[in-house]
Amino acid sequence: MSKTLKVLLLTGRTVEQGREKERSKFSREYMESVAACHIDPNDMVAFEIRENSNIRITTSLGSVVVKARKSLRAPHAGSVFIPYGAWANLLIGSETDSVGMPSFKGVPAEIEPSPDDEVSSLEDLVKKHYRKA
Amino acid sequence: MPRISNITCPVCGCLCDDIEVTVEGNMITEAKNACAVSEGKFLYYQDHRLLKPLIRKDGELVECSFDEAIRKSAEILAKASYPILYGWSCTSCEAIRVGLELAEEVGGVIDNTSTVCHGPSILSIQDVGIATCTLGQIKHRADVVVYWGSNPWSAHPRHLERYTAFTEGRFQRSEWRRYISRLGSSSALKRLLRAAKLTLKRGLRLPESSEASPEFELSRKGRKMIVVDTRKTRSAEIADYFIQVQPNGDYELLEALRMLIRDDELDLKEVAGVPVEQLEEVADVLIGCEFGTLFFGVGLTMSEGKLRNIDAALSLVRDLNHYTKFLIMPMRGHYNVSGANIVFTWQTGYPYAVDFSHGYPRYNPGETSVVDILRRGESDAGLVVASDPVSNFPQKAVQNLVKNPLIVIDPHPTPTSILADVVFPSAFVGIETEGTAYRMDRVPLPLRKVIDPPEGILSDEEILRRILLEVRRIKVKTESSEREFHS
Repeated sequence: MSKTLKVLLLTGRTVEQGREKERSKFSREYMESVAACHIDPNDMVAFEIRENSNIRITTSLGSVVVKARKSLRAPHAGSVFIPYGAWANLLIGSETDSVGMPSFKGVPAEIEPSPDDEVSSLEDLVKKHYRKA
Repeated sequence: MPRISNITCPVCGCLCDDIEVTVEGNMITEAKNACAVSEGKFLYYQDHRLLKPLIRKDGELVECSFDEAIRKSAEILAKASYPILYGWSCTSCEAIRVGLELAEEVGGVIDNTSTVCHGPSILSIQDVGIATCTLGQIKHRADVVVYWGSNPWSAHPRHLERYTAFTEGRFQRSEWRRYISRLGSSSALKRLLRAAKLTLKRGLRLPESSEASPEFELSRKGRKMIVVDTRKTRSAEIADYFIQVQPNGDYELLEALRMLIRDDELDLKEVAGVPVEQLEEVADVLIGCEFGTLFFGVGLTMSEGKLRNIDAALSLVRDLNHYTKFLIMPMRGHYNVSGANIVFTWQTGYPYAVDFSHGYPRYNPGETSVVDILRRGESDAGLVVASDPVSNFPQKAVQNLVKNPLIVIDPHPTPTSILADVVFPSAFVGIETEGTAYRMDRVPLPLRKVIDPPEGILSDEEILRRILLEVRRIKVKTESSEREFHS
């Protein structure tokens, strides 16, 4: 049975995400830059998560499958980073603590290997979660 | 090949105004001085774009005439009782001005993207006040630059080069050479360690000190850069000093620093994962500088505490001004998000989340902010201008946005545009049409037209103006038929 890694999820900007969003959000490069979870290498070893494998990340608000990436910004044991984008936003709540701003950083989450699930393309993700009425 | 210089870059809040582009035919083939993100925009903006208005018929988006799209949009907005008009940070001040007029006309809520970036900063600045300046002052004078919850290397790639650590100011030298030499020695050390690990006998450990990265110096002379973040970002690697704060620990850390600056005793070994000794060292540097600046990013506004984190940061700077000159500035993201706040304030008195449903402007973020309205499912139509909330909003907010009639004005196809009912292709502001934008320090800069837009493509301002005229026409018609009915 696979182990579950409990983490705090941080979302944010990367230069790759910034560059690719200006080119096309429907490109493979954009998806590769955004549908990825950057994990501390020691956490990856401890929880048997392989580089570029598919993982499922789940919060109380939702769940999504993304690629696991070894973080170049370690150490940050216990926290993971996903660039801004439609994949990360499936995990974020819309509660704003009465100030208008959802919590995009420091969200409790769980990670587990998910080799049998695919990472959805942006088109598929939009169709699946936001079907036009 | 004509070269056009002094172009203002329409990407981030830095609004770098030294871009030089080469134009061949009606295409930009080179963009000098552009960062990676800016180059992505100037060179590839034409690769994926919308060229015809689209309208949803039988569940599918199909091409339509411009007039049909205008008519349909005006009908949606005129009929709605509580429409939201959202986006505005990637368009010109001139377009925003028309958007505000439209919001008032349809009695809707108009909100800009600061609602999900520096909205809490604005609330806090309204509470506490802000000691700030222009970026020119910082370039020439700042000897200590702090980036807190901000990663300029990724989000504002030329901020360091143009305004802080790597710029040659009148009174402060650039630290670029020192950074390059430190990078060289660090790479050499890493290579040496790798070689040592390969050649040393198995089980023999290298001394701890040799594995540590080079000591960052705060005691040296010259401009110093300090980064506070939850991860060792690229900006943190450049910095003279990096403080790694635990996620959601910024408020505690800021308040601890305030205590140290006031000379209060901290009876703790560490705060938010940071040793107090390290904080004491930083507090000394902050007090001892001649001209300090704190730039803060969404690391503070989006984590636990939100506007209270900003309260603490603004108060820290206020405290520091008892000892020295210290200023603070939010790192604004989109190129005209400051402009959106400014134009909103001119026209309505409020910088974002403005509700016209009562016939006059109301402002109460948390109630009139767009994510809250969508979470509660209160709106019945939407207009999105130069923004992509499907990629940026939480899931529930998006679900409620797309279930109602939705109009999108954007040069690009986006996840939001594919879920819209009416889509207008528009010209790129700052490339295909001119306008005004405000830099993060609230300095207005002109955005220039470099090449012509594709045939039939109008600016955001022109599209909004036509929708507004059509809404007014529909309202006049409706009112006259109601009068006829009652008489």
